[in-house]
Amino acid sequence: MTPDEVLSAVVRDEWGRLVALLLGRFRRLDLVEDALADATEAAARRWPGDGVPDDPAAWLHVAARRRVLDRLRAEAMAGRKQPLLVDEAERTTGGGAMADPGGLVEDDRLRLVLLCCHPALAPEVAAALALRLVVGVTTADIARLFLVPEPTMAARITRGKKKIVAAGIPYGVPGADALPDRLATVAQVAYLAFTAGYAPGSGPDLLRADLAGEAVRLVRVTLALRPDEPVLRALLALVLLQHSRRDARVGPDGSLVLLPDQDRSRWHHDEVHEALAVLDGMPPAADPLVESYRLQALIGAAHATAPTAGDTRWDVVCDAYDALARVNPSPAVRLAAAVAVAERDGPEAGLRALDGLDAELPTSHRVPAVRGELLARIGRDAEAVVALDVAIDRCGNDVERAHLAARRDGLTAG
Amino acid sequence: MKRYVVLIAYRPGEWEQASAEERREYFDAHHAFERYVDEHGRRLSSGALCDADTATTVHPGRSDERVVTDGPFVELAEQVGGYYDVELPDLDAAIAAARLMPAAYTVEIRPVMVIEGYESV
Repeated sequence: MTPDEVLSAVVRDEWGRLVALLLGRFRRLDLVEDALADATEAAARRWPGDGVPDDPAAWLHVAARRRVLDRLRAEAMAGRKQPLLVDEAERTTGGGAMADPGGLVEDDRLRLVLLCCHPALAPEVAAALALRLVVGVTTADIARLFLVPEPTMAARITRGKKKIVAAGIPYGVPGADALPDRLATVAQVAYLAFTAGYAPGSGPDLLRADLAGEAVRLVRVTLALRPDEPVLRALLALVLLQHSRRDARVGPDGSLVLLPDQDRSRWHHDEVHEALAVLDGMPPAADPLVESYRLQALIGAAHATAPTAGDTRWDVVCDAYDALARVNPSPAVRLAAAVAVAERDGPEAGLRALDGLDAELPTSHRVPAVRGELLARIGRDAEAVVALDVAIDRCGNDVERAHLAARRDGLTAG
Repeated sequence: MKRYVVLIAYRPGEWEQASAEERREYFDAHHAFERYVDEHGRRLSSGALCDADTATTVHPGRSDERVVTDGPFVELAEQVGGYYDVELPDLDAAIAAARLMPAAYTVEIRPVMVIEGYESV
């Protein structure tokens, strides 16, 4: 490996641990990230000439620690006193006993995850903080993931760090009674970051699936700290199944390839197998969030295990959607369910299942897009063209719109 | 320990309309909050405020003149009806305490800032 590759690997694998170690020691959220970023820059400059150190993570840790100490010395000289993170030592009378003592380092990383994903932080702030501090994604990449300019994202991260310190969000693990709720918040934050990678942008950058992979890493890191937590297991299965299709979703010309047309040999089958292993033996959950992740993962699994689109077990998919609609009765779920019903019972049944959705999703391009597709399948081409025109008009994404236009043009040409 | 001001918002008139039993529930919830704070930190001060229609506001005027008007500085459906000034270990403790308040309340937790170089007279 070249020095650059070693550095990227150590940043990817060790960033969260290093942030956690430095925070545990100095409790200065404002200094730790900058110091570590400086240390990384120094490594990029020096390792190619000096050679890669025997323990690259330890090198970064020492370099970052030195920078924090320099800053603290400068502050002491200037007589300034900065606020510190509230940590466990001060909380001996607070929020109850620790869930379990565990290893020191793992515990620090769990504290870091919980700190970033605190319910007092807005979800998009929490997601940015967690990607930056726990998995070491650069601010530029987080900005690209969330489709905002980099200075906006930098300001969002700074604001989040300020809120944590000012509001006194603790750097600690809550009692066993409160921990499941906090881990559910972590799961929601990670899933928000994951779906951001698949939310079509308004420009040509249709998928930022490589960045969605960073959210998968956030789930993995957290699950490694709490391996039996159902919400994290169900979420890992779900994101792995969705993410396994990333390469097949985009055609050679950058166009969107829909599920039935995807080259299934390009799916990441190792990820599918891992997800199926996680799902296997996961019983239905009473908790609506866990159950909603589990059911969506089951739907993903039905697609992932069908050798061809024609082999899809639509009965299984429809049953899972019915259950999902009971747990989470949202118009988006009903729309997806209508598509599955059309596959199981035919286009007319699908069209009937769309009834009422226009009122609930009045600006969505997906309802008319699905209606247009189903009408076309039963030869009602004129009506299909009208529906597709509405969809094209509403669609904000270039690649998706091109796909809809091609479908409509195929109907008018025939 | 961190210092927080806990602001209580409620719909005007709710207290006046409350039955004797409902008022007892309000008292019990406040007692639970106060006990929690006393166990985990301490109370510095607190107060229930008269309705916002009794408020008087002093605004910065056009020049140096200040303008006095009738009413609160913002008119909202919910009004600040009371506050607690407390010390607690962290935000989680403040949230846990706020959860004990009467269910009809909207509760805002504001950390109190230390302004370096400022000393109160």
